[in-house]
Amino acid sequence: MSSNPTRSFARQDAIFARSTQFFAVLVLVTLAAIIISLIHGAWPTITKVGPKFFVDASWDPVRSLFGGLAPLWGTLITATIAMIIAVPVSFGIAIFLTEMCPPILKRPLGTAVELLAAIPSIIYGMWGLFVFAPLFGEHIQPLLSATLGKLPVIGALFQGPTIGIGVLTAGIILSVMVIPFTASVMRDVFETTPPILKESAYGLGATTWEVVWNVVLPYTKTGVVGGVMLGLGRALGETMAVTFVIGNAYNISLALFEPGNSIASSLANEFNEASDPLHLSALIALGLVLFLLTFCVLAASRWMLANLAKREGKRT
Amino acid sequence: MKAVKNSIATVAAVIAAGVASTSFAQTITGAGATFPFPIYAKWADEYKKSTGISMNYQSIGSGGGIKQIQSKTVDFGATDMPLKAEDLAKDGLIQFPAIIGGVVPVTNMDNVAPGQLKLTGEILADIYLGKIKNWNEKAITDLNPGVKLDGPITVVRRSDGSGTTFLFVDYLSKVSPEWKTKVGVGTAVSWPEGVGGKGNEGVAQYVQRIKGSIGYVEFAYAKKNKLDYIQMRNRDGVFVTPDDSAFAAAAAGADWKGTPGMGVVLTNQVGKASWPMAGASFILMYAKPGKPEQSKEVLKFFDFAFKNGAKSASELDYVPLPPATTNLIREEWKKITDASGKALM
Repeated sequence: MSSNPTRSFARQDAIFARSTQFFAVLVLVTLAAIIISLIHGAWPTITKVGPKFFVDASWDPVRSLFGGLAPLWGTLITATIAMIIAVPVSFGIAIFLTEMCPPILKRPLGTAVELLAAIPSIIYGMWGLFVFAPLFGEHIQPLLSATLGKLPVIGALFQGPTIGIGVLTAGIILSVMVIPFTASVMRDVFETTPPILKESAYGLGATTWEVVWNVVLPYTKTGVVGGVMLGLGRALGETMAVTFVIGNAYNISLALFEPGNSIASSLANEFNEASDPLHLSALIALGLVLFLLTFCVLAASRWMLANLAKREGKRT
Repeated sequence: MKAVKNSIATVAAVIAAGVASTSFAQTITGAGATFPFPIYAKWADEYKKSTGISMNYQSIGSGGGIKQIQSKTVDFGATDMPLKAEDLAKDGLIQFPAIIGGVVPVTNMDNVAPGQLKLTGEILADIYLGKIKNWNEKAITDLNPGVKLDGPITVVRRSDGSGTTFLFVDYLSKVSPEWKTKVGVGTAVSWPEGVGGKGNEGVAQYVQRIKGSIGYVEFAYAKKNKLDYIQMRNRDGVFVTPDDSAFAAAAAGADWKGTPGMGVVLTNQVGKASWPMAGASFILMYAKPGKPEQSKEVLKFFDFAFKNGAKSASELDYVPLPPATTNLIREEWKKITDASGKALM
């Protein structure tokens, strides 16, 4: 130890700075390493199949034909269904918890929502397959195809065997998994709205809805978009729960009762037994696509937020 | 049970390399097919009790087993789909069967008792091709006079790559030229029809839930879970009920000796009592192993299993190999030599 205490502090500071920097850089290195190994693993597919991978729907391990369109389609469709259900529901939960909930219920309800997020995804899968799918297939799907299924245009969505297994079931299960994430983020950001803003609006005679829509939401939209994107990220990458209920068929169909496939469920199903090098490489290529997809989602949300901020800058 | 195995499999795949490369003198390691995992584990337990040597088997799937033995991280690999002779020669591998099991179609129908429904391979193929869509189709009712059959058929199959699927589609392509050209054979295929369940339990769950469905599972699994199995017409035109003796009958007529690498797939075998979808699970080892002492322990293990493991195999609804076959395998073992070319066993 040096006799001069400040000097030793300086050295300690330097060591501390270096080590924290090291950990931060480690993240970037890991990220780069993952991308590189994914590209390396997917290389045979990139060179042999090429861009056709995104438009080709045939997935035939026997003939070594690998097109990623079906799982990509399934991933996007299930995530879309999940978000269509989860966003309004989460929004409602968050508004209720922050604006209207009696204080005595606030804590237990908030904790319950967060507990939903703590349930492992395999439990959702098992619940979906053993409990939800039978009920859904026996009672709700026949009802849906008898009512919505008869309508023009959107009727095409509610077709297929009413066995409770399929793309729609997967989307609904995903929405249940996404809601706690999105709802708790929304609640947290709604609570950051300064009371003075809300009270001013109420003072001017605004209704609760007007306060939420015109004051709380504009103030917190960054956080809200962040919460939605977090949910979307989970919906895109969820594996086990989807594998249980989606039906696992390489199938592109508008009918939502038909079995489908998602990227993550294809990987879960086929990685173990993929002995053909091209098969393995096609699976890694699917992983790469999923990685890029989530990356794009994040990038899009950043871009959206930046644009929002710019527009506001102009308005004021 | 398979669910547990599958979840372990992923972890095992990660650990396998590490564990295997640091294997101790008193531990032999293997990796591969999930189908024979219960019996290998049982044999390992018995072997450890009698010799003190433990056998560590990672059920990571046949594909993984082949990869692990090729990268020499394990002492033996295991696969449900036998490697072709030229692939064996290319990698310098020796292959031999270790245990026999069977695949059975299972159904879920009202008014039909277990084992009552009769089908042929051709009909089964047409159902899985999506050509037969209803149980009241004439081809089916003609085979089953007096059985009330009606309603749409839901096809259930495996979504994950599997040796069970391999045996099933191998049989279908042997009996249906259309299946052979349109779909083909593999541990995973491009299914023309149906919903996919993950693992035997996934298929069983779908079949039990969906009225009018048909699926296929390992016999041991169907028996334990009391699924409604069916009778199949075998190559000799006889309808047989799946059980151990029917699988053994399929193995009895097999030409182990004349098939290179002993790679006989026991589907559509001759014999009046033969079940048409039986199959052996295979072991892969190097002909000139890098660690001869380890390989010798592997051979000792299987020698022990062939001599003493028949009872536990039957208990777990597998079929032990007949003595004539195990003698042939012991001949095959002579090809496994140390660096100087001396046979290990």
